[in-house]
Amino acid sequence: MSVNDFPSGDYAIVGVAESDLGKVPGKTALELQGQAARLALIDAGLTLADVDGVFAHTDDRFSSLQLAEYLGLRPRFTDTSNVGGMSNVMHVRHAMAAIQAGLCDVALISYGSTQLTDGSRKLTGLTEDPRSPRGQFVVPYGQLSPIGYYAMVAQLHMSRWGTPLDALAEVAVAARQWANLNPKAYRQGPLSIDDVMASPIVAAPLRQRDCCLVTDGGGAFVLTRADRARDLRKPPVFVKGIAESFSHHYTPLELEDWLDTNVAETADAAFRMAGLSRADIDVVQIYDHFTIGVLQSLEELGFCERGSSGEFVKGGRLGPDGSFPINTSGGGLSYGHPGMFGIFLIIEAVRQLRRECGERQLPHARNALCHAPGLVFSANSTLILGVDT
Amino acid sequence: MNESLRPMPVATDATRPFWDAASRHTLVIQRCSHCGRQQFPPRSFCHYCMSTEVTWQECSGRGTVYTFTVNYRAANAHMANRTPYVVAVISLDEGVRMFTNIVESSPDAVCLGARVEVCWLDTPGLPTLPQFRLLPSGTSPAIRHGEQR
Repeated sequence: MSVNDFPSGDYAIVGVAESDLGKVPGKTALELQGQAARLALIDAGLTLADVDGVFAHTDDRFSSLQLAEYLGLRPRFTDTSNVGGMSNVMHVRHAMAAIQAGLCDVALISYGSTQLTDGSRKLTGLTEDPRSPRGQFVVPYGQLSPIGYYAMVAQLHMSRWGTPLDALAEVAVAARQWANLNPKAYRQGPLSIDDVMASPIVAAPLRQRDCCLVTDGGGAFVLTRADRARDLRKPPVFVKGIAESFSHHYTPLELEDWLDTNVAETADAAFRMAGLSRADIDVVQIYDHFTIGVLQSLEELGFCERGSSGEFVKGGRLGPDGSFPINTSGGGLSYGHPGMFGIFLIIEAVRQLRRECGERQLPHARNALCHAPGLVFSANSTLILGVDT
Repeated sequence: MNESLRPMPVATDATRPFWDAASRHTLVIQRCSHCGRQQFPPRSFCHYCMSTEVTWQECSGRGTVYTFTVNYRAANAHMANRTPYVVAVISLDEGVRMFTNIVESSPDAVCLGARVEVCWLDTPGLPTLPQFRLLPSGTSPAIRHGEQR
């Protein structure tokens, strides 16, 4: 059996929750994770005693042990692996593998951060060892990270395809419109194309409003076997397809085309496992660290032709009144972005599939796709969830 | 300007020949004697065929702009009074890519596909950094920074 050959629908997400989100000065990242974990277990109708696998990442190197201790758990299996913003999506597949191998049965997956309160999220990124490839051959040139990498992608896209700047702004505006329908979103209020294009340039061609927010916040969800999931409090949300791919760290000098970052192959593998096609997807959650990242993902995922994303998103197509709604929470651009957004894509997808989204609920919500990269188009994860197995 | 604020590279055994060559204003990359392929950044063996027989090849110092950005916020204290500055990825004529700054011209003059050549930033007591500048002729039809088609 190859690693992509998990049976579709044999595992399910049974509980989800985010913690307090936005500016949360009185809590640590661990306390936010604890708060989210408790709420996710209540959502599932489970207790801490049911959890025997812990998958977590934070800025702490030993995150899963820290969370296990805080929750008073003695898990049989833990995983603290970190590949950037998609890590909790990767943990879904790790948890499936662990459950399949009999190493655990109920997996708690979590992330938390207080980057807004700490002020630790500098545009420069964390300090790099000056002997590393990045430290020797990137950092001396003053590359802003991660934004510089995505600004370079945007420059490439604009040059190759003639993509106009207002296409980037469309992504930010649609995100704000969704956030205005989400009571939990941190950044609300009107935002126009002109507002985005008048915001200060950070790394040309990307402007401040092309960038995700910096917030505090945490999240958690619970994954278990489908047969166990059916007896729990909420309708299970099944893992229909999942795939990952991995490439570089921060020195992508051997990536031939920065507009072809192995997303298509990853998504295809997830669709093959799910036995679904792109036309079957009703709910789309794409990691929106930067507006250009959404355009790039839409093309590479195959939702529009290569080079056509600028045209595709025009006229509010991604927003609440558009024909291709995405990132219904408001996304990293307007709902919140505590450093790593992967878990929040999953939380929103699950809520849409359970029809819990109130004003922002999509009318047809049977199958959802979450797509997240790690670091700077360094890794990819595509997760397809569904409720009608 | 105070170069001591710049985050500078620290060489390892594998990369020291690159930085030693840079101090002589020579740009070198690794070439595998066994499989003939090139690699950058330098490693202690060929990551294609695992041979340790890697040699150093002197480059022409010329290349083209693969992509770039113009930073209006500084990534470190050294860059603070240099904004806006260009960070670019260059495809060397020899076939590998590297990050760099494009200096000695307005950021507005930089475009994808532009021809560039290496120039050197010497700082007493610190490694010499390869940087690039635009070659005067042969501007490409690619769009310039901030311009829309």
